[in-house]
Amino acid sequence: MNKVLMQGNKIIGEAAIRAGCRFYAGYPITPQNEIPEYMSERLRQEEGGVFVQSESEVAAIHMVIGASAAGARAMTSSSSPGISLKQEGISSMAACELPAVIVNMMRGGPGLGNISPSQGDYFQATRGGGHGDYRIIVLGPDSAQELADLTMDAFDLADQYRTPVMILADGMMGQMMEPVVFKTPKPRVYPESFIMKGAGAGKSKIIRGLILDPLDMEEHNWTLDRKYQVIAQKETRHELYNTDDAELILVAYGTGARIAKGAIKRLRESGLRVGLFRPITLWPFPTNELRDLAKKVENFLVFEMSTGQMVEDVRLAIQGRARIGFHGRPGGVVPTPVELANVVMRKYDSKAGIIDHF
Amino acid sequence: MKKVFSRPESMKKNIFHYCAGCGHSIVHRLIAEVIDELGIRGITIGVPPAGCAVLAYNYFDIDMIEAQHGRGPATATGIKRVLPDRIVFSYQGDGDLAAIGIAESFHAANRGENITVVFINNAVYGMTGGQMAPTSLLSQKTTTSPVGRNNILDGYPVQVSEIFSLLPGTSYIERCTVNSPAAILKTKKAIRKAFQYQIDDLGFSLVEILSPCPTNWKMTSIESCHWIDEVMSKSFPLGVLKDLPAAEQKKKKGEQAP
Repeated sequence: MNKVLMQGNKIIGEAAIRAGCRFYAGYPITPQNEIPEYMSERLRQEEGGVFVQSESEVAAIHMVIGASAAGARAMTSSSSPGISLKQEGISSMAACELPAVIVNMMRGGPGLGNISPSQGDYFQATRGGGHGDYRIIVLGPDSAQELADLTMDAFDLADQYRTPVMILADGMMGQMMEPVVFKTPKPRVYPESFIMKGAGAGKSKIIRGLILDPLDMEEHNWTLDRKYQVIAQKETRHELYNTDDAELILVAYGTGARIAKGAIKRLRESGLRVGLFRPITLWPFPTNELRDLAKKVENFLVFEMSTGQMVEDVRLAIQGRARIGFHGRPGGVVPTPVELANVVMRKYDSKAGIIDHF
Repeated sequence: MKKVFSRPESMKKNIFHYCAGCGHSIVHRLIAEVIDELGIRGITIGVPPAGCAVLAYNYFDIDMIEAQHGRGPATATGIKRVLPDRIVFSYQGDGDLAAIGIAESFHAANRGENITVVFINNAVYGMTGGQMAPTSLLSQKTTTSPVGRNNILDGYPVQVSEIFSLLPGTSYIERCTVNSPAAILKTKKAIRKAFQYQIDDLGFSLVEILSPCPTNWKMTSIESCHWIDEVMSKSFPLGVLKDLPAAEQKKKKGEQAP
């Protein structure tokens, strides 16, 4: 496959189609409108492809539920306020163990906020988001190539664990153009028995999340939890960047990690030994891998385009084994690598060491 | 001896949890009979709502997927678009369809989705204990309109069938009731027609059924049946509101006539 230059949102669309996505429902919202536009054109060309511009975000996710139950690889996409609306359906899919891919190209919030890139939805994404006791797999790409790779992987993970999977990126990832190579998708593995298509001559099937007996509901919760534990054990992904000799390690994901990489290049040129730990799976968070790093590194600095959300997972991972600082730019501000480099330089020089800002 | 009455094959051998005099069990049976008669049990997928009928999958012996409150037509849209040769229906109450799910229902109708909606209108929220519904009548007393529905505070009963009839995407809409044997037979005919139209790929059909809720109306079953005739059907007139395929056929015949 040749390298092509594409915009982030379109890369997600193309990767989804290549992964076998044949149902998309969505509602326009900036900064991800290129996804529904791309899907409307591409799904028209695919046999059995269905594109529905839904009347609302809520309708979109429930259409995805129907399509998923009927056996299609299905996707919806939106940006922060729209993802809030979809939570009803995401919770329902977790309960009913239905696979689907949900893309959140985050923008500044809370409320309507703005349309600039932000990372304020980390809590919502990694803590389940909707009501009830559940988790979803959350993938945080930081490049065009990862948008393609992780979108494809998201469909496989969704099927494998029968769970919604979220791509958590932001307006910058969606709008920028970068070269990308689309990998060959894996053949779909999804048992027929999970698909609802009429009982035929056989036994009828029920898909439901309503379990009125509390003891039965408890058992269902534990069943889901055991699945989440397996996911947490097997599916964490992370990237180490210049960590071998690092005295200070930045922790950042997505666009934040791109900025961090730019900052690290400058810092290294000045002789500062700074590295990056980049979670690729935000849930499950690569807790053990980060904890291992804290055995040899004393200083961590979490950088997020928020007031500090992932920093809580970093604290849970490091458990007081090292100092943890934080730098955040919420509300749709995208700082430059120079700004972050300056922040790191000040902290790095501080004789008192890095002090947790909380 | 000839067997003249038995359980439809599309019904499970479970006892209804519905209250005495409730219309749900009658409508469930009618749908199951129609599914049997049309021979579509194996290709039919039902979408029950949140509300009293949330447990419909305990009674229908067909594939069923629960919808969140009001989202039935969206879920049904997803299923039908992926499996266009299956027969898909959503079963909804008045709160489900005319309040929390009005957008999903309206737009599925407006898109002309080739699905069937069975709409139970009993003018109250049944499962939650008799609160005011979007279809509660003016001056009707409920647990949240204790002195009666007041149009200034609460608005007016929503005329779902009339409104949906105006949408070019809908093909067949009829309002019926199940308060007498004759009305039940009529309702069955309407349900059968709605399913047949879907089989024939004729588009969106909706059967609204004025359905007794003696428990929350605080009436006996008999009183409830009378109330539908004497009061409820004055606000919600019975009859065929739209039958586009029949109208088109009539027009065709008229053109062919000399």
